[in-house]
Amino acid sequence: MASLRQPTLRLLASSNIRRVASPTIFNTTRSLATLAEGEVAQKKQPLIKKFSIYRWSPDEPTKKPQMQEYSLDLNECGPMVLDALIKIKNEMDPTLTFRRSCREGICGSCAMNIEGTNTLACLSRINRDASSTSRIYPLPHMYVVKDLVPDLTNFYKQYKSIQPYLQSKEPAPNGKEFLQSKEDRKKLDGLYECILCACCSTSCPSYWWNQEEYLGPAVLMQAYRWLADSRDGKSGQRKDMLDNSMSLYRCHTIMNCARTCPKGLNPGLAIAKIKMMMVQSA
Amino acid sequence: MLSTRVLSRGLLRSARPRSTAFFTPRRMITTESIPASDASSILAAQRLLRPVSPHLSIYQAQLTWYMSMTTRITGVALSGVFYLYAIGYVLASPFGVDMSVANVSKKWGELNGAIKTAVKAPLAACFGYHFWNGVRHLVWDTGRELTVRGVYRTGYGVLGLTALSTLGLLVI
Repeated sequence: MASLRQPTLRLLASSNIRRVASPTIFNTTRSLATLAEGEVAQKKQPLIKKFSIYRWSPDEPTKKPQMQEYSLDLNECGPMVLDALIKIKNEMDPTLTFRRSCREGICGSCAMNIEGTNTLACLSRINRDASSTSRIYPLPHMYVVKDLVPDLTNFYKQYKSIQPYLQSKEPAPNGKEFLQSKEDRKKLDGLYECILCACCSTSCPSYWWNQEEYLGPAVLMQAYRWLADSRDGKSGQRKDMLDNSMSLYRCHTIMNCARTCPKGLNPGLAIAKIKMMMVQSA
Repeated sequence: MLSTRVLSRGLLRSARPRSTAFFTPRRMITTESIPASDASSILAAQRLLRPVSPHLSIYQAQLTWYMSMTTRITGVALSGVFYLYAIGYVLASPFGVDMSVANVSKKWGELNGAIKTAVKAPLAACFGYHFWNGVRHLVWDTGRELTVRGVYRTGYGVLGLTALSTLGLLVI
């Protein structure tokens, strides 16, 4: 493809070759689009939308958390809630704090509670109804580090506690790698896609009340991901670790988890499958 | 360190020509040095003050958790009535109050229809809801209907059956 960078070759390769007769054929530079005469750029009417955002700063720890309102012109802003947050931070209030990274729903950093449901700000379209205020909170029932940033230390510790890696009793039979049939690989679909954004765990009332002991939907779905893996040899120990009243069985099938997952996964079903596995092995 | 400091001073001075005042390095931000051993105690002090983000009051009302909550509440209400009756039976009998089933149902029969309906309707609704949602949970325990669509379909089913069974119990 490097050769295509040469202008003559690029022209030959492009379909424009049919419009040859024009003398501009060797003009390989493009100019910016200009408006034709009489055409006037029409500026859209500003669409002012209010955002009400949870604020709390560790610099003034005794000051109670409060909601702060910002007004944005949606015609000057990208379509997603994350675009609005970045615009507010860039242009209005640099102290507004939130996590973000990939802006395309794969890193899970911008998980927050937007208009009542947990989701990723980068995947959540701004409601263009300007009469309603968009309310944005951090993930529910979590310790707040600052503004929209929750402390996920406990969540990550819980994830670590389920030993989220392949454990085998014996070395690979062919001496190189563990092979898996297509059918066995299929069992992991809908599980491995989880990005650990914590939207589901923090939507779960059971997790709100028993966060210290109950593992929560996201971590349990990963626990099932390793239980369901045909190559893993420690499912007995994995099940033993879950066999107590708190780790697994605080799930009361509320199903807020599946309802809120921004990736469309179903942690509730994975937990039900663990419960069935526990019954079968007992 | 000394050498670099001297060098940077020299550079700074040359970068600021014709400064009338005697050169004094000024810093806009002051810092204080804290030993590394203090880090955890400072963090602990900060963590004591941090708030818990809002939850129940801000989470969107959804069929999922509202129905779960209602199951819990109806269960508590029904067992509460049962316990109150049982405790009342034990405590009241020494004082000559007859709370035997025969006597209570006789007294119940003497009440007028409106009062009976007012007592029966919430009890029947609680019982119907708790019963049908219990069935829904048994279905879930087999791994069925555990999709968002399944949860909503069975949820509306439970609400419909509750309405029907409440009417049915009121007619009896």
